[in-house]
Amino acid sequence: MADDRLAQRFCLGIESTADDFGVGVAAFNGNILANISDGYVPEAGGIHPREAARHHAEVADKVLLEALVRAQLKPRDLAVVAFAQGPGLGPCLRTGATVARALASYLHIPLVGVNHSVAHIEIGRLKTGAQDPLTLYASGGNTMVTAYASGRYRIFGETLDIALGNCLDVFAREAGIKNRKGIPLGAAVEQLAEKGEKLIPLPYVVKGMDMSLSGLLTAATAALQKGANLQDVCYSLQEHAFSMVSEVTERALAHTEKQEVLLTGGVAANKRLQVMLKIIASEHDAQFMVVPKEFASDNGAMIAWTGVLAYMRGLVTPVEESFVKLKWRVDKVDVPWVIHS
Amino acid sequence: MSILLKKGAEASLYLTNWQGKRVVIKQRLPKKYRPVQLDQKIRRYRTIHEPQLMHEAKCAGVPTPIIFMVDVENSTIVMEYIEGHQVKQLLDALCEPDREDICRKIGKGIANLHTYGIVHGDLTTSNMILTREGRIFFVDFGLGEKTSELEAKGVDLHLLRRALQSTHFQVAEECFRLVLKGYGEVVGAEASATVLAKVKEIEKRGRYVSERQQET
Repeated sequence: MADDRLAQRFCLGIESTADDFGVGVAAFNGNILANISDGYVPEAGGIHPREAARHHAEVADKVLLEALVRAQLKPRDLAVVAFAQGPGLGPCLRTGATVARALASYLHIPLVGVNHSVAHIEIGRLKTGAQDPLTLYASGGNTMVTAYASGRYRIFGETLDIALGNCLDVFAREAGIKNRKGIPLGAAVEQLAEKGEKLIPLPYVVKGMDMSLSGLLTAATAALQKGANLQDVCYSLQEHAFSMVSEVTERALAHTEKQEVLLTGGVAANKRLQVMLKIIASEHDAQFMVVPKEFASDNGAMIAWTGVLAYMRGLVTPVEESFVKLKWRVDKVDVPWVIHS
Repeated sequence: MSILLKKGAEASLYLTNWQGKRVVIKQRLPKKYRPVQLDQKIRRYRTIHEPQLMHEAKCAGVPTPIIFMVDVENSTIVMEYIEGHQVKQLLDALCEPDREDICRKIGKGIANLHTYGIVHGDLTTSNMILTREGRIFFVDFGLGEKTSELEAKGVDLHLLRRALQSTHFQVAEECFRLVLKGYGEVVGAEASATVLAKVKEIEKRGRYVSERQQET
């Protein structure tokens, strides 16, 4: 198809794997026309899956309409509906999937189930122009180092327990930092860390290309309880955690010899992590790229764009096969649209 | 004259002549991305620890390069050069009987380490060298540990499985099964089953594992 025709076909993508309900619209040529999101903010503690799902159901129509208005499209203009089929929290995934199925059935257009982790990589590639990167995908639910090889994104390293974003978020809550709309807990930790000066010794656990962050979280929380300065603990926590993921990324980079390093996922917005990876990339003569902030955390646009990629390769998901996959690993997904010479 | 053999993530390896011998110099260079204090701690620890574990591995009957010198201040280790091929470069291309033989030998080597209370910490096929005589040398013990904990042994094997899956995806499961076969030949069926159960438990602890879903 010629590019002007591709620009006139559209995919709507629905993201609802965790605390955000997002709707994005992508044209088949890669233009992102809308990316609207509404986040669930727990009154206390972490994400309660059922409460998050209730939030998603309540805001779904509003977010959907807003996305269509922003894209200046009518529902009839859509060619495909994509949704995050997994991995994620069951009740949240099911809410998004229900909206997607309803929309696709009503409009008589194809449905495409998208892997949420693949979508984070694809929006990163689209927005940075990365061709064949080694990707560090770090968010509240995932921390993995992946690269393409023979039809799939292979996992070279990952966390053995909790995700990087989860480590920072839980620490922030333990430290009594309040959850506010618009300021993620990780960003609050980052701001405090900038003022930290003293490096407190904390566990540093790298096993092969994997890392373990749960012991670090426990030790950082304990240091705080023993009266250490909050800014110093935030600084030390970030330096240890980021050094671990960076070491693992560097190992994978040396192993795969890729020419590009892509940072994606919610933690990609952290400036300190960006600096560390940039240093590593330059030492291995690779180019460092980071997904723009608006596409770093969970969003509908990444689902819409990955839906386009899959659909153009003839991949659709019949309604009867559109059940959600809570534990859908990235290395179980064929990505035939990725072609390297 | 020294030749840069490999610029790894952690260290650079140089091939050179030292006291009339062909040796490998392994130098852990400072990492600018992490704080100096943390960087020095990590490099110092690994430079001291690695030669100790390599020595102990020999006591366990597992071939490792001979250590000639350790310079802690410069994070440098001078060791024997092992002539051979990285298993990483051979494994996919081997014919089945040869692959079986190598995988079983790898399994036996790991079992000997574990029985002696050593976990390697970075079991990838790049860290195994096959010599012309058919011996498998284990290298790169920088992330190793002296421990007899079942958990650590399980993680060790889990990492090998993951390394096989990402790098040798066509033959990964078959190779891992053969490694376990060799492992079992050393430690016995019962001990090997215990470790394998631990490997499965560790995998289920990971994020987004399909097997775990069936239980919940």
